Amino acid sequence: MTDGRRVLITGVAGQLAGQVARALEERDDVAEIFGVDVHDPSPELQRTEFVRADVRNPLVGRVLETAKVDTVLHLSTASAPAAAGGRARMKEINVIGAMQLLAACQKAPSLRRLVVKSSTAIYGSEYTDPGSFREDVSPRTPPKHGFGKDASEVEAYVRAFGRRRKDVDVSILRFANLLGPRVDSAFQSLFTLPMVPTVLGYDPRLQFCHEEDAVAVLERAATQDHPGIFNVAGDGVLYLSQCVRLAGRLPSPIPLPFVAGVASALRRTRRADIASDQLRFMQFGRVVDTSRLKDVLGYTPRYSTRETFEDFVRRRRIRGVIQPDEVVRWEREVSTFLQRKAQERFLARGGAG
Amino acid sequence: MMEQHAEIISFAEARDARSRQEAQADRSRCAALTGAGRPCRNYATDGRLCRVHAVQGATPELEDEPDAEPGSGADGRDATPETDPAGDHDVGEPHGGAAEDRSGADGDPREVDGDRADQGGRAAPLGDATQRAFDRVSQEAARRGWGPAVDGLRALDGIDGLAAADHLGEVAAFLRRRLTGDYEIDAFGFDDDLTTNLVMPLLRPLHRHYWRVAAHGQEHLPLRGGGLVVANHAGTLPADALITRLDIFEHTGRHARELGADLVFRTPFVGELARKTGATLASGDDADRLLAQGELVAVWPEGFKGLGKPWKDRYKLQRFGRGGFVATALRAQVPIVPTAIVGSEEIYPMVYDLQLVARALGLPYFPIVAQMFALPVIGPLALLPLPSKWVIEYGTPIDTTEYGPEAADDPMIVFDLADQVRDTIQDMLHRNLMGRRSVFL
Repeated sequence: MTDGRRVLITGVAGQLAGQVARALEERDDVAEIFGVDVHDPSPELQRTEFVRADVRNPLVGRVLETAKVDTVLHLSTASAPAAAGGRARMKEINVIGAMQLLAACQKAPSLRRLVVKSSTAIYGSEYTDPGSFREDVSPRTPPKHGFGKDASEVEAYVRAFGRRRKDVDVSILRFANLLGPRVDSAFQSLFTLPMVPTVLGYDPRLQFCHEEDAVAVLERAATQDHPGIFNVAGDGVLYLSQCVRLAGRLPSPIPLPFVAGVASALRRTRRADIASDQLRFMQFGRVVDTSRLKDVLGYTPRYSTRETFEDFVRRRRIRGVIQPDEVVRWEREVSTFLQRKAQERFLARGGAG
Repeated sequence: MMEQHAEIISFAEARDARSRQEAQADRSRCAALTGAGRPCRNYATDGRLCRVHAVQGATPELEDEPDAEPGSGADGRDATPETDPAGDHDVGEPHGGAAEDRSGADGDPREVDGDRADQGGRAAPLGDATQRAFDRVSQEAARRGWGPAVDGLRALDGIDGLAAADHLGEVAAFLRRRLTGDYEIDAFGFDDDLTTNLVMPLLRPLHRHYWRVAAHGQEHLPLRGGGLVVANHAGTLPADALITRLDIFEHTGRHARELGADLVFRTPFVGELARKTGATLASGDDADRLLAQGELVAVWPEGFKGLGKPWKDRYKLQRFGRGGFVATALRAQVPIVPTAIVGSEEIYPMVYDLQLVARALGLPYFPIVAQMFALPVIGPLALLPLPSKWVIEYGTPIDTTEYGPEAADDPMIVFDLADQVRDTIQDMLHRNLMGRRSVFL
């Protein structure tokens, strides 16, 4: 027990969880890592012991007990219904999975720390939102359906667990939209379309979290002692319109009455997985305050929101119609033209005298 | 050149700068010789050379040929009430008064040296004719006292010539930033680039020429650190909020951050624009945070009650919310600047409120304004706001530090202060109403 932590990671086949497992493998103070998932994990993992099981399987409880796991990272939450195989199944994975895992955790005497990946989606997205959400602010209108609701239900169970097991440090990490070269998210699919659909007359404020930052924060939460709730997002804010411009894409604004129809058409044709609960988000966006992440958890994200997005565009090779170089060249041409004109005028005047 | 454009932000400031320069009679002149062999009479700008000679380098070259521009040009322009009379003595001097006048005006963002001389000399009969027409109009206007009309023409004056070329460069840079997304916004969604370079310039003609805003007491606006500007709200549409923002920006160079009702942020386009120009939801949390960041915050505590009040209640302040703004200022320990806006009531005189329609549409009121009766006659033109003359007065700041931050939790102090602010604004409104000649002049 003294030779290091024994960590169990759920949903280890996921891109993010796989990277977290890799990062933990590198550490000397982590003795053993157990990965739980129904799918095969990334082949890069070496030390991780893989348990092929669903989180809801009682096998997980047995692993917790026999392996004397002291840290659980719960990362197997599904945010997009299509990837999870339908909304009902997504809810099953998220909420029932978390309940079963927490039940198993409660009976594991060796458990000392629980880290749960949550989402800023629990703040919802409304026009009555404050400029930015702090962790202690509860939204005026909590999300009524979709991923946001799942996340807030999971958090409620986790808090209840924390009350029952006072000896377990519980950290809840609320991630903003994850972007990066490897992690797939619903937002990213917007930029695979020929034109980026937006809601006419609305421009949401967005925040992104780079996957490297997400991995670093999860690693930190798993290995250090920082109980509590933390918002995790890059510094700064982008408007969706600004994202479209940064990617050199063209927006296709859709009037509000048709937005739901377009979204379901995109979903049905599997072009982009925009859940219906994301539509409010496409109108009003959401910004969270990350000062607790910096002050209490002591982690300053390496990528700002804008750097995250630019990195995402570059690494995912998103081609734009408007090339920034072209625009810069064009501006330079205008300014040299103006300079030349000014010079000509000046010389003409000097010559006349 | 760019820096100068950025520095000078209003007509008033440009004039001030010019008169200050004029006042410094002992300023050193340029050390170079003109082509004609006379010492250059321009003021030295960097060290010992004037702007013209500094650009030409050390080679003493011809500075300005004896001007082709008609002498009456400078004369006529000086006769307008806008320019300072000090320019007069130059007229008739052999070197050409126009050149002198120009160099004196180098604080003016629109007049770049040599520009007009060049036009006069080279650019042909059209330029000449325009100049003559302009002079005629300004002379006539000066005689009849049409300040605003001349102002309008002077705004046009800046469009031609090199000044426009400079603006073109700025416009290209702005377009490049917008197209490539190369700008920063803050957590509240405030887009400084868009506000400073697009929204404010678009509002400026309204501020200067349409409503001819006169401001008093702008020295009460804090130049740095937090502050809470509290003003009356009127006019059916919140034009007064936009114009006051611009006025504060002109005087201090600071963007006052508005606190808006949630209806604003619900409305498409309006909500988007409001966020981008720096407004945020009027919740204590956001205001606290803005003030803690040292921002200037502007509130209109009357809200829709003030905005949508009937014509008979004009300039009667409505209830000041629940005094939340006072608590906010107390918590942040920033001064409250009471502000009275006269003129905004008359832009859309509301004669009737169609409450049934308003309720059906979910709006706080649905106004029938006076100019709507002209709809059958002049069509959509009737929906324009009326060009009333505006006066904005910034009152003496109310210090909140003497109460301490804990006073924010004392409802008695909060109500007292709210009443004090309200009474101050009502007094200022009355004083300015008494002082005005007419609604439109």
